Amino acid sequence: MKTISITAALAGAFALGATSAAQAWQPTKPVEFVVTSGAGGGTDNFARMIQSIISKHKLIDQPIVVVNKGGGSGAEGYVYGKGAKGDPNRVIFGTNNAYLLPYVAKLGYKYSDLTPVAGLALDEFLLWVKGDAPYADAKAYLDAVKAKPMGFKMGGSQSKDTDQTLTSMIQDATGVKWIYVPFQGGSAAAVQLAGGHIDSNVNNPNENIGQWKAGQVKPLCVFSPVRLAKSDPVFEGKGWGDIPTCKEAGLPLETFQMPRTVWLPAEVPADAVAFYADVLEKVSKTPEWQEFVGRTAQTAKFMKGQDLADFVAKDDAANKKVFENEGWVAK
Amino acid sequence: MDNLANLMHGFSVALTTHHLLLMMAGVLLGVLVGVLPGLGAPNGVSLLLPLTFSMDPVSAIILLTSLYWGALFGGSTTSILFNIPGEPSSVATTFDGHPMAKQGRATEALSFAFLSAGFGALAGVILITLLSGWVAKFALRFSSPEYFAVYFMTFASFIGLGGASPLKTIVSMGIGFTLASIGMDSVSGNVRLTYEFDVLLAGVSFLIAVIGLFGIGELLLTMEEGLKFEGVAAKVRIRDVVLTAAKLPRYWLALLRSSLIGIWMGITPGGPTAASFMSYAMAKRSSRNPAKFGKGEPEGVIAPETADHAAGSAAMLPMLALGIPGSATAAVMMGGLMIWGLNPGPTLFTDRPDFVWGLIASMYLGNVVAVVVVLATVPLFASILRIPFSIIGPVIVVICFIGAYTAAGKGFDIWLALIFGLVGYVFKKLDYPIAPLVLAMVIGDKAEDAFRQSMIFSQGSLSIFWSNPLVTTLMAIGLTLLLMPLIGRAALSLRGRATARSD
Repeated sequence: MKTISITAALAGAFALGATSAAQAWQPTKPVEFVVTSGAGGGTDNFARMIQSIISKHKLIDQPIVVVNKGGGSGAEGYVYGKGAKGDPNRVIFGTNNAYLLPYVAKLGYKYSDLTPVAGLALDEFLLWVKGDAPYADAKAYLDAVKAKPMGFKMGGSQSKDTDQTLTSMIQDATGVKWIYVPFQGGSAAAVQLAGGHIDSNVNNPNENIGQWKAGQVKPLCVFSPVRLAKSDPVFEGKGWGDIPTCKEAGLPLETFQMPRTVWLPAEVPADAVAFYADVLEKVSKTPEWQEFVGRTAQTAKFMKGQDLADFVAKDDAANKKVFENEGWVAK
Repeated sequence: MDNLANLMHGFSVALTTHHLLLMMAGVLLGVLVGVLPGLGAPNGVSLLLPLTFSMDPVSAIILLTSLYWGALFGGSTTSILFNIPGEPSSVATTFDGHPMAKQGRATEALSFAFLSAGFGALAGVILITLLSGWVAKFALRFSSPEYFAVYFMTFASFIGLGGASPLKTIVSMGIGFTLASIGMDSVSGNVRLTYEFDVLLAGVSFLIAVIGLFGIGELLLTMEEGLKFEGVAAKVRIRDVVLTAAKLPRYWLALLRSSLIGIWMGITPGGPTAASFMSYAMAKRSSRNPAKFGKGEPEGVIAPETADHAAGSAAMLPMLALGIPGSATAAVMMGGLMIWGLNPGPTLFTDRPDFVWGLIASMYLGNVVAVVVVLATVPLFASILRIPFSIIGPVIVVICFIGAYTAAGKGFDIWLALIFGLVGYVFKKLDYPIAPLVLAMVIGDKAEDAFRQSMIFSQGSLSIFWSNPLVTTLMAIGLTLLLMPLIGRAALSLRGRATARSD
């Protein structure tokens, strides 16, 4: 164990030396972090957390300015990024909406207007019901929904976004049918579930943790191939790691995850992409980042280069299939 | 009584020299960003946010909330002096505040605004202190139909209010609804009315419309009327501030009513903007001489200001207890909470009592500090009006356009503000009211979303608006408010006929 960590440290030191020796590209003016969500949204927390880690560890010499461009479900930010073609001082923070948004609406940018830099984490989705609901597990709830098509309400973020896509996938996999109610965001869907106005939601851990702690909602299963990382108990001795995966719970849909991604405009120098990928990789190894990922129960997963491209291709295909089935693809 | 003990503990956390200095700094910065239109509280808070990463959460939230209070006060200042609301919620303050300033009563208007705002804020905080547990539970009962009913109440209280013909009010409101629907529609997931122009993706910002309609429009009118503010001759004395303060108790009924409206709208998700409009409307309706409203009636300043701040502070409770941000500023602060490692939600009160009660205590102190600081700036601001218009006019134009640009950093918004300025001018000339347009722009899309969500809930049946006692009550109040002018008129004409017959 010890040797491994020493090797890792050596490798790290070597990598550091290598980059400082290469130093092919460095930002020469203040770097702009474009957030493709409103203030306080998931992407906003993601970008500001990275900003605070970069300034704490002095990973970029230039000052960083965060701007929120959340209009049009984030399209505003990508269009703004597209406007800086060839300018590597504008870094765009998003999710898989970068490549999914152009399918469902005509938005003035294409996926090819962006250069992928890195993915830092996967945000998880869980199936939640009200805290005092009579269902012990996912199967019991789905049986109830199946017995009464269009009799149960699933709440989530806006239409044609991740939550509705996942709802559609569950419906396909199990043959149930919900009334889908779109709200302004995950926090609204969390409160509506706590208040008993809807029957379930598929919120990210971070969006429902407050309500779970209070016992107002409970998780049935997580749409992940493996259980979440162990954590401190949240409610009645149960933590994130104790939640069964949906497959274990008898729901035949293994994976649905949302990557937290970073992009540059098109036609930027390859050195600049390497510079940011390197900075973000260092960010992903800091204790502050680990703590953030753990606290928000996301799965830490750093991806760049081919790994990232493979992930995007797979995720893109899975989502596109749902969009086509549902007739959401904008003509 | 537990709450009181907690509050005392909170005071012991908040009442340190370090925190008091932070409050002063926050309030002063807030006044500064509030006075510049466009650079409102949300921008101010997000600019300061990175500075707070290294602070402990209590100090950080004290700094940010103080900045928020300061910005709210600063927003009222420009409403009164230049007819440019710095925040959506201070639009209603312009109706009587600006006429007062034009008549040379700027000091009086500003003092009334600040004092009543302070009163409203304290009323809101006292409620939070006493009823935090109950309110958090009550707010959970609100779903889309209830939200719609609250917005409906606000619109209903506003129709038939101004001097303009109802038809013109409806036209103005319709334009506001149209503008509000530009951009992404979350219920259908489609973009609307953008005509494939990228600049319209994010919609038309309320701030730009206000800067144009009120700021630029007003300047155009002033120019036509002969290049001067009528407040030039006014004397500015600190004594006037004290005299105005002495007059305030006379308006106790307005203060009380407006606080209640504000608190109610703060807890229910109506928010400060809806609260200030509604409070203004109620003040005018219940007044013995409603004709004076819009021409410089102090109650027309007191009512919206009290309600605005009562709602602003009461709205902190749903944010902390439920994790729903009640305003753009609250959303930024919530982002801050997450970064400091706190999870807003029902358990925040039990997990981190020192933080929550420190914050609540700082709301008492912060507002007192804010009122003292801004009252001291009244003579300074009021004397701006004594500068000749040929100097101050162009300065305001520049500030308006800078404000329009900084709101979102888009050059397009400068042109939009100019267009809104021309629209505002034409509206005034043709006697169309601007306020309904603004109201529809601010809460129109929320009302629309709530209505359509309700329709999804009920699968298309309107009966959902009578489906439980809470929503039925809200709708009944809304309908009564809507029909009251008609009933009043019918009663008058009936009485008139009766007198005629008995003659």
